[in-house]
Amino acid sequence: MAEKYEINQTEVWDGNYAAAHALRQAQVDVVSAYPITPSTPIVENYGNFVSNGYIDGEFVMVESEHAAMSGCVGAAAAGGRVATATSSQGFALMVEVLYQASGMRLPIVLNVVNRALASPLNVRGDHSDMYLGRDAGWINLDAFNAQEAYDMNLCAFRIGEHLDVRLPVMVHQDGFITSHTAQNINPLQDEDAYKFVGVYQPVEEMLDFSKPVTYGAQTEEDWHYEHKARQHSALMRSTRVIDEVFADFKALTGREYKRVESYMMEDAEVAVVALGTTVETLRQAAKELRKEGLKAGVIAPRCFRPFPFDQIAEVCGDAKAVCVMDRSAPGGAMGAMFNEISAAILATGKRPLVTNYIYGLGGRDFSVDEAKRIFKEQKAHADAGHITTQIQQFSGLRGPRLGFFESKRS
Amino acid sequence: MRGAAATEKRGMRELGAEKLVGWDEVTHGVVINSFEGDAANIASLTSEERIYSDFNSYTATVASWRVVKPVYNRDICIDCQNCWVWCPDTSIISRDKQMLGIDYDHCKGCGVCVEVCPTNPKSLLMFIEAEENDSALSQWPEKKKKEKE
Repeated sequence: MAEKYEINQTEVWDGNYAAAHALRQAQVDVVSAYPITPSTPIVENYGNFVSNGYIDGEFVMVESEHAAMSGCVGAAAAGGRVATATSSQGFALMVEVLYQASGMRLPIVLNVVNRALASPLNVRGDHSDMYLGRDAGWINLDAFNAQEAYDMNLCAFRIGEHLDVRLPVMVHQDGFITSHTAQNINPLQDEDAYKFVGVYQPVEEMLDFSKPVTYGAQTEEDWHYEHKARQHSALMRSTRVIDEVFADFKALTGREYKRVESYMMEDAEVAVVALGTTVETLRQAAKELRKEGLKAGVIAPRCFRPFPFDQIAEVCGDAKAVCVMDRSAPGGAMGAMFNEISAAILATGKRPLVTNYIYGLGGRDFSVDEAKRIFKEQKAHADAGHITTQIQQFSGLRGPRLGFFESKRS
Repeated sequence: MRGAAATEKRGMRELGAEKLVGWDEVTHGVVINSFEGDAANIASLTSEERIYSDFNSYTATVASWRVVKPVYNRDICIDCQNCWVWCPDTSIISRDKQMLGIDYDHCKGCGVCVEVCPTNPKSLLMFIEAEENDSALSQWPEKKKKEKE
């Protein structure tokens, strides 16, 4: 039996350490990992827990991130609870195997400590890696601070392993800002955390020798489409389980999570949509602007996949201007989240003025003052009745103003 | 043909001839069962005794992929098992270290078995697919004399 870890009601942990403790408390059977900045301390601390007798499971050091996820796939197919962590280039190298994991319906938990993608090489936080994996068929949960990194990990096991879901889950947190900033955390005691996560239930496990199975079969045009449809259906329908798990988590801890988080949106005239730590910056800006009389609100998809298409339009309410912020170089298009939010709003028949900001690439700071400026710009759009700037703009960029596309003005 | 005995219980079909079902009926995660029922004792059964699932490659034939085939000559074979060891498609049928013949449902005609056969003349030779096995056996070459140096 693993040693019990003494935990105070309040601990001072950063996002990485919080995630490592969540993995320990979930009593993961196999962690197969290849450490990379800024996610390194998750598996480093996990290794420490293993060496000090706090974990019964296996810790497998492999030769690359491709191998790390492959090890996870093998261990999960064998019938174990499995988790790992990565960032950026490591995530990019993992991508091929991410599709294998979801296609084989293996409920692996992957901590992605978001970091920019090279070139130029950069270790700071942006959402390039998150966006790279968004079509990989995984559930994507986003933590905005260290407490949430801990909470989302515990929820991730429950959600992914649910017999109606059986899909892998990524838990995202911002590189350095969340992963390396120590905050007050209220963790659960080991037994309470494990009770919440539950005993792992294997499905079609390869180590059941009475029922030999093949994983990773080939399917061509006569089968592939149906299998992908079933997988997509499971992902889309996982929302019910996600809501249930969040409700159970609230009952246990008092901490409430929703697939779309909204802040002061009830009567908001202008709104900004973002992911990660930026959400907290925006909340602070909105709170301050409310004192100045600007009805500002914040929308944050907690659950990036399955994308909460229906709930987005709902929380947008009667906002007249909505700005969607993408922390990833869009590669010749509007920001990906701008496109998704726009489509979700459009499908309801509402027509707020929707604009796009690219920001924070490679860890460029995003301040409360800049957030306020963007809120005020939305107010200008709303008052004018049309978009007064270019539709895609760049926040916090040096040099001449960069922007693309304009809407026709009357 | 003695080798044909092993194929009797299989219910062979062409590859891709399984029943096509809708997206809601396909297996979870493309996980495929190899056998029907409890297979805990499977290692002690011969392939003829096992109940393979419809998705096990054993129940699908790839005979139509073959252009040339190996023909087995029992009269020369010394049961050395070389062909059984080397066959990449488990298509040499051998029981109790006695060679029974070729599994023509899975053999793809690569010719490795002929290559590794040590007898003189060889106990396995390649013939075109259309050649009847009895006819092939009647054309078997004589023992080659060792050339003196």
